[in-house]
Amino acid sequence: MGSKPLNRRELLKSGAAVAGGLTLGAAAPAIGGQQTPNTHHAPPSWPMIKGDRESNMVAYGDRSKYVTSVRIAHPVGGRPSPDQFGLTFHIATPLQDSVGVITPSSLHYVATTRGAFMPEIDPKEHRLMIHGLVDRPLTFTMEDLKRLPSVTRLHFIECAGNRSSRNARTVQETHGMVSCAEWTGVLLSTLLKECGLKGSAKWFVAEGAEEVKGASSMPIAKAMDDCIVAYGMNGEPVRPQNGFPLRLMVPGFEGIFHTKYLRRIKIVDRYYMNYNDFGHLDQDAKVAALDYQIGPKSVITFPSGGQRLPGKGFYEISGLAWSGGGAVKLVEVSTDGGKKWSRAEFKGTPQRMAFTRFGYHWNWDGSETEILSRCTDELGQAQPTRTQIAKYWNQPYDQTFRVPGLDNSVQPWRIASDGSVTNGFA
Amino acid sequence: MGSPRIRLILPLAFVLPVLLTGGASALAQGPTFGIGRTPTPEEIKAIDISIGPTGEELPPGKGNAKEGAQLYRTRGCAACHGAQGIEGPAPILKSKDPKNPDLWARGRILPLRAPFATTVWDYINRGMPLNREGTLTPDEVYSLTAYLLFINDVIPEDQALDQQSLPKVKMPIGDNYAKLPDWKPRTRRLPGYPH
Repeated sequence: MGSKPLNRRELLKSGAAVAGGLTLGAAAPAIGGQQTPNTHHAPPSWPMIKGDRESNMVAYGDRSKYVTSVRIAHPVGGRPSPDQFGLTFHIATPLQDSVGVITPSSLHYVATTRGAFMPEIDPKEHRLMIHGLVDRPLTFTMEDLKRLPSVTRLHFIECAGNRSSRNARTVQETHGMVSCAEWTGVLLSTLLKECGLKGSAKWFVAEGAEEVKGASSMPIAKAMDDCIVAYGMNGEPVRPQNGFPLRLMVPGFEGIFHTKYLRRIKIVDRYYMNYNDFGHLDQDAKVAALDYQIGPKSVITFPSGGQRLPGKGFYEISGLAWSGGGAVKLVEVSTDGGKKWSRAEFKGTPQRMAFTRFGYHWNWDGSETEILSRCTDELGQAQPTRTQIAKYWNQPYDQTFRVPGLDNSVQPWRIASDGSVTNGFA
Repeated sequence: MGSPRIRLILPLAFVLPVLLTGGASALAQGPTFGIGRTPTPEEIKAIDISIGPTGEELPPGKGNAKEGAQLYRTRGCAACHGAQGIEGPAPILKSKDPKNPDLWARGRILPLRAPFATTVWDYINRGMPLNREGTLTPDEVYSLTAYLLFINDVIPEDQALDQQSLPKVKMPIGDNYAKLPDWKPRTRRLPGYPH
C-alpha cells in the first residue's frame, strides 16, 4: 500500500461512492495527478486501491484483485457443491498457488459427511458437553474453554477422497482435498482429565451441532494423545465451513473424524457404530486399517498439471509433504521419471502431522521428462508408487488399479518439451 | 458451577496424603482447574442421541413396517429416496441386487449392511428428514426403521420394534466385517506394511 494519506475531499468521494453502491478501485487512476508516465525506462506507477473504508480498507483486508486463486467443487464432474438440495459436499483447495505450509482459512478445503448446510452458531450459546463413562460429566462454554491451558499447533487435515485419477488435470484436482492450518484450542486430554475417565472408557463419540449431527467413534488412546478441541484457526476463530465455533482436531486421522461444530463427546466402552462409522466398514482388515491413519504423502505443487514452464533453465521445484504417522523425515525428488532420486530441502522444521514445504533446485534442459516426489516419515513409512502398492496386493498394475485404503501414492507430472505440465496418470 | 470453595478444598485434602504415600492414581482422578458446569441428568438425556449397539439409550415407543410404509410416503422420504427406495436422488435404501449371495456386493445400504439395527434408528432419528431433522417422534422412528428392515428382508412385515426388540434384530452381515486395528500413538497405520 502507498503511504499517501487520504485528504478530506478524497474521503468524501470515497464515502459517496460507497453510498452509491459503486464498485471501487478497480481501474480508477490515482487521485492527485502524481502519476509517473509509464515508459520502459521507469517502473510503472500504479493506481491506488480505493476500497470500502468500513470493510476492506480498515476493518478486514482483501487480497489483490490480481490474486484470483479459488477453490473448486471436487471432484471435477462429480457431485456439485452446492448440490440439488443446496448441500455443500466436497470443495478442493488450490494447492498449485500455495506457498509455505499454511492454507489460508478462506481457501481451506471443505468436506462434509453426507453434504451439509452450514449452521450459523452463536458462540455465546454454544456448549460442549462431555459425558458417559466419566466421574464428572461437564459442560463447557466457549469462555470456559478459553480459560483453560491452550496449545497452538500446525496440523493438516485430509479427506479420504483425496485420490488422484487419470481425469484430474491440476494438483487441485488430484490433491486439493488436503489443507494445513495453525489450530489453537484445549487438548481433549485436559478436558477428559477434568471429567475423570472411568476404567471402562475405551472409545469416544464426537458429535457436531449441524443439522445431521455428524458423529464418529474414535479410540480413547487418541483422545489422550493429541486431539485438540480447537476454537482458533490461523490466528482467528475457526471459520464456519471448518466448524465454527469449535472443531475437534484428530491429527493424522482421516478428515471425517475432525468433527465440526463440536457439541458433545460421549465416553463409551465400545465402537458405537454411528452412521459415519458404518460408512467406514470394510471386509478386509488391512483395508480398514489403511482407511484410518493417513499415510506418508507428498506432491509437487510447482511445476504441476496445467502449468507451463516458459523455457529451459533454472527452476526451484516446490511441493508439500505430510504424514499421519508424525513428522516428515525425508523428501526425495526425481526429475527423470523415477530413475534417480535426490534429497529435497525442507523449508522450515517439519512438525508432526503438518505440511512440510520442500524445494529442489533443478535445471531443466528442455527435454521431455517426468518429475515426482516421495517422502518418508518419522516412523519409517515410505510413500509408495502405485506400482509398489499393486505389488504389495498381488494385483496387476494397470489403468483400472485402485489403491486400497487411503491413496498416498506418488504423483507423476509429465513435462513436455514445450514446457507444458500434465498428469502422469493420464 | 458447583461451589468454588469445595472445588478448591477437595484437591488440597487429597494432595497431602497422596504425596506422603507416593500414590499417583488418586491425584490423577481429581479435577485440576474446576472449570465447567455439571449438567443435570435431564440435560444429558436431552442431548444424548447416540444409540449404541446395546440400545440402552433408546426411548420408549414402538412401531412396525406397515406404519412405517405410510410414514415413508407422508413424511417425505419417498420424495428423495424414491417410492421403492431405489429410484431417488438420495442414497438408495434397498439393494438393486438383493439376491446376490455376497452381502457386500449388494451395495452400501444402511438397513441391510449395518451390523446393528440401532445404527438405522440412530441415523433416521438424528439426520432425517432433510431440513426437518429431529422432528420425528420415537414411534415414527421405530416404524420407519421396521419398514426399511422389512423391505430388505431383515424382519417380517408384522414384527413390532421397540426398546427391547430393536437391539436384538439379527442383521444379515453378522460378524462379516473387519474390525479396526487397536490404535496406539506413534505406530504405523498397518503393522508390516512399509507404506
